[in-house]
Amino acid sequence: MSTRTGRKVGTPQGVVGTSPLRPDGIPKLQGRFEYAQDLAAEGMLWAATVRSPHARARIASIDIAPALAIGGVHACLTADDVPGRATFGLEHPDQPVLAAQEARFWGEPVAVVAAEDLDTARRAAAAIEVGYEPLEALTDPEEANRRDEVFRRMRIRRGDQSVRGAVVVEGEYEVGMQDQAPLGTEAGLAVPDGQGGVDLYATSQYVHVDQEQVVASLGLRPDQVRSHPTGIGGAFGAREDVNLHIHLCMLALHTGRPVKMVYRRSESFTGHVHRHPAWLRYRHEADRDGRLVRVEASVVLDGGAYASTTSAVLANACYFAVGPYTCDSVAVDGVGVRTNNPPCGAMRGFGAVQVCFGYESQMDRLAHALEMDPLTLREINALETGHPLATTGQVIQTPLPTVEVIKSLQAMPLPEAGPSDLPTELPGGSGLTSEPQHVTRGVGYALGIKNLGFSEGSDDYAQARVRITDSGAVVETAAIEVGQGLVTVLAQIARSALGISHVEVAHVDTSKIDSAGSTSASRQTQVSGGATLEAAQRLRERILGQFDGDVLDDEGVWRGDTLVTPWTALAAGDWEETVTFRHPPTTMTDDNGQGVAHADFAVAGHRAVVDVDVELGLVKVLRVDTAQDVGLALNPQSVRGQIEGGILQGVGLAVMEELVMGEGVILNPTFTDYLLPTILDAPEVEALLIEQEGSWGPYGAKGVGEPPTISSTAAVAAAIRAASGREIERVPVRPQDIALP
Amino acid sequence: MEIVHPRSIEEAIAGLSDGAVPLAGGTDLMVEVNFGHVRPENVVGLRRLEPLREWDGSRIGAGVTWRRIEKEGPTALAEAARTVGSPQIRNAGTIGGNLGTASPAGDGHPFLAAVDASIELTSAGGSRLVAWDEFFVGVKKTARAPDELITAVELPDELPERQAFGKIGIRNAMVIATVCAVVTRSEDGRTTVGLGSVAPTPIRAPRAETMISSAAKPTDADLAEFQRLVSEEVRPITDHRSTEEYRRHGAGVLARRLLERCLR
Ligand SMILES: Cc1cc2nc3c(=O)[nH]c(=O)nc-3n(C[C@H](O)[C@H](O)[C@H](O)COP(=O)(O)OP(=O)(O)OC[C@H]3O[C@@H](n4cnc5c(N)ncnc54)[C@H](O)[C@@H]3O)c2cc1C
Repeated sequence: MSTRTGRKVGTPQGVVGTSPLRPDGIPKLQGRFEYAQDLAAEGMLWAATVRSPHARARIASIDIAPALAIGGVHACLTADDVPGRATFGLEHPDQPVLAAQEARFWGEPVAVVAAEDLDTARRAAAAIEVGYEPLEALTDPEEANRRDEVFRRMRIRRGDQSVRGAVVVEGEYEVGMQDQAPLGTEAGLAVPDGQGGVDLYATSQYVHVDQEQVVASLGLRPDQVRSHPTGIGGAFGAREDVNLHIHLCMLALHTGRPVKMVYRRSESFTGHVHRHPAWLRYRHEADRDGRLVRVEASVVLDGGAYASTTSAVLANACYFAVGPYTCDSVAVDGVGVRTNNPPCGAMRGFGAVQVCFGYESQMDRLAHALEMDPLTLREINALETGHPLATTGQVIQTPLPTVEVIKSLQAMPLPEAGPSDLPTELPGGSGLTSEPQHVTRGVGYALGIKNLGFSEGSDDYAQARVRITDSGAVVETAAIEVGQGLVTVLAQIARSALGISHVEVAHVDTSKIDSAGSTSASRQTQVSGGATLEAAQRLRERILGQFDGDVLDDEGVWRGDTLVTPWTALAAGDWEETVTFRHPPTTMTDDNGQGVAHADFAVAGHRAVVDVDVELGLVKVLRVDTAQDVGLALNPQSVRGQIEGGILQGVGLAVMEELVMGEGVILNPTFTDYLLPTILDAPEVEALLIEQEGSWGPYGAKGVGEPPTISSTAAVAAAIRAASGREIERVPVRPQDIALP
Repeated sequence: MEIVHPRSIEEAIAGLSDGAVPLAGGTDLMVEVNFGHVRPENVVGLRRLEPLREWDGSRIGAGVTWRRIEKEGPTALAEAARTVGSPQIRNAGTIGGNLGTASPAGDGHPFLAAVDASIELTSAGGSRLVAWDEFFVGVKKTARAPDELITAVELPDELPERQAFGKIGIRNAMVIATVCAVVTRSEDGRTTVGLGSVAPTPIRAPRAETMISSAAKPTDADLAEFQRLVSEEVRPITDHRSTEEYRRHGAGVLARRLLERCLR
């Protein structure tokens, strides 16, 4: 045994509260990181998908013979070849693996092929002759509602329904269909194990739920399918649903060869679900002092052809239809309709984004009607800890610093300078359309609120394992890293809890660990982080107990000044701890939408500064500053990364990002025409992180991924309204909406 | 796909005789290939063909890139070049490829229309100069015969003193034009207006030009009338990128502003 000589006192490196380098950061910058698109296996075939060119059609016949006649084609599979359950779905398995009698949306998969190379696979897909008989497509959500084609209806009634206010504002708002547009398209590789089972490596946010659906549709035993986490280039909700997963496994088992598929960009736009377009109607009533006394809302979401997560998105939209404000008389009616438009599902913000544009537009209208400062009106009505949520009545138990968010925004200095004389800094940018004299400045504010984690009584858990290794420890998890930085933060949590510097994260497959749930709902840092924290804490306690030590560090176990167990001895032991973490339970709400539906909440606010060329309807978003409730910033750089990226996605929805539909057909499924903000469209961002103890996340951390996207859109819309004097009742705001209202 | 790399114009033209497709920067052609819209069997690679990259005063070789035009071109053409795609696209994309595609939204076209440029087409039988308004015949349709190579753009020897380009798009960079335009004005007041994205081909606005050319010192009322005439003369459509109404409005406003820039 040695005694303590030069032992460093103090905390280990890379703990919570610091911003260590991402382990995958440099490989990604150097192009060495292996994304799902880069996967390869010996003897691999390539797959391609045949998609319906109609929004709705009867499939009279499918002739695969011409495809099979092409040299190098190994399989052409249709609905008849699905060995198990013919359908899949996250909440309700209503979506055919391959369309059988009827195709219900434009781009729906009808057949899949595998061939020696990609070009042959695509030619084979084109050679399959499908006999379609086009049917009348239902693409109008109002009509679908009238015909009772719905996935879910929501009805919320809280408080005395007869209350009336002295000041009333009404409004109708519309939100276009946004796409997650992750830069990595859907991709994957399925490898048969030679014994009737299969290993799947595919883009995902939730490998366990993929595995369950593959098992069901392939008619296999659960142990025969292993779904592996792989390199993901962005997700934003688009990767919660199955798309190519079952197809790949079918083809791999059919051919006995590894099979790879990568969606093209245009396929990606049809191959994953989108943000629900929304139609909102609001009536806000307040007393003369600005207190909200009554809010009525109607929410219509177009869920498209299949269920996906429409029910949950609709519920969220309705639960947060009033925003972070108190009100004791509330009526919300919502419907998620079924149409022949593309299926919609999860996207960052999950229903909270759409309603935020509605209620924040209303709050500005109300402020205007009351001749009151918009932030003052929001402060008067701010929802805080201890208050009931206006819709469900659930009393907020965790910290909710709404007033501090408002005060922080108020205190942020505005840019002093007027419009730039650098042409690229003006609306129109490098197009040189606008000069300073054409430009008006506007400032707008918005606040947003959302739940963290899964709601409505779902059993939301995550498992993680912490294991001692030769060099330190490893955190094993099936939670998916999509680019957000989970791979960094889980290691930080384990380092802090164990007291050591060397921790890695290993993404393991579904056979090696239980589910971590989805990388969605802003939840993984809280839930997988919670499991990691508890596992690391327990492991440290057991180790210290075993050796009667008082300190664990990089050298081993210490008792006073004496190293009683060096790391090599620890590493030789079988030290590991597995924990399943659950957040506080929630319940399904009652017939009036009342109940404890949510486990936690986060609030954020945004202030947008825009320059608008009103005559041409062009916008330059100069700044979007924010104050956000983060609980504790475990990794401040990652938090800022989420904030800046989330704001840019919000700006995108405010001024350009929209899938334009024509009779069920996406008219712009390419990056030529689905416009994402470029660096010339990106605003400056100043972010104030509001930290408060008391949430159940590790060290009090809250999820931070979604709040930046929720109110940034509404803030930009408000700023455009302020600059242009137009009503702005729809996002994305198009040039003609400003120039030719 | 067979690719040949000719070392002379003659070799390139010989390569075209069997229905091969010319490939310059590939920034249009490869997009079409990736979308599966075309599957060329034979390709004639032009990138290493030095003679196409020659730029001699008013004669711009078809293989000159937007990057070079951005730095060395006449004012309004350089401004247009700056808006083509991203730096990567401008390093690869050429003025000849822009003409080969002949998209109604091609950003190079309004300038060529405004200055009455001609396009040099060369085949085994020799070269011919085709005026811009005879070169563009429809949406992505030109007067080029399959066995002809676009070899150069011929500008007039004297270019108008004042010239300005502008492009309306939904994004502040890297965007297909909703409307793009060039206005030129000479010392004597002669004004021309070239417009893109508002008709199947690039067009001029003759009535607006005549009206404003006769105004030596245009008044506010003249400018308003000019704007109105431009809006009237364009023939835009409604599609997923914009509406007919907005394009009309945008064309008028943009042309007026560009004229104001020329008058300053
Ligand atoms: C991301 C992106 C952004 C873009 N942004 C813009 C933009 O903002 N504005 C704009 O105008 N365009 C834009 N484009 C389109 C394109 O970059 C331009 O049209 C460019 O000028 C094409 O030139 P190229 O040399 O790449 O042509 P290529 O793709 O090589 O060829 C285009 C066509 O012309 C033919 N061709 C080429 N050279 C000759 C020749 N010498 N003789 C006969 N035929 C020939 C080819 O066969 C082909 O049909 C963009 C493209 C991309 C991919």
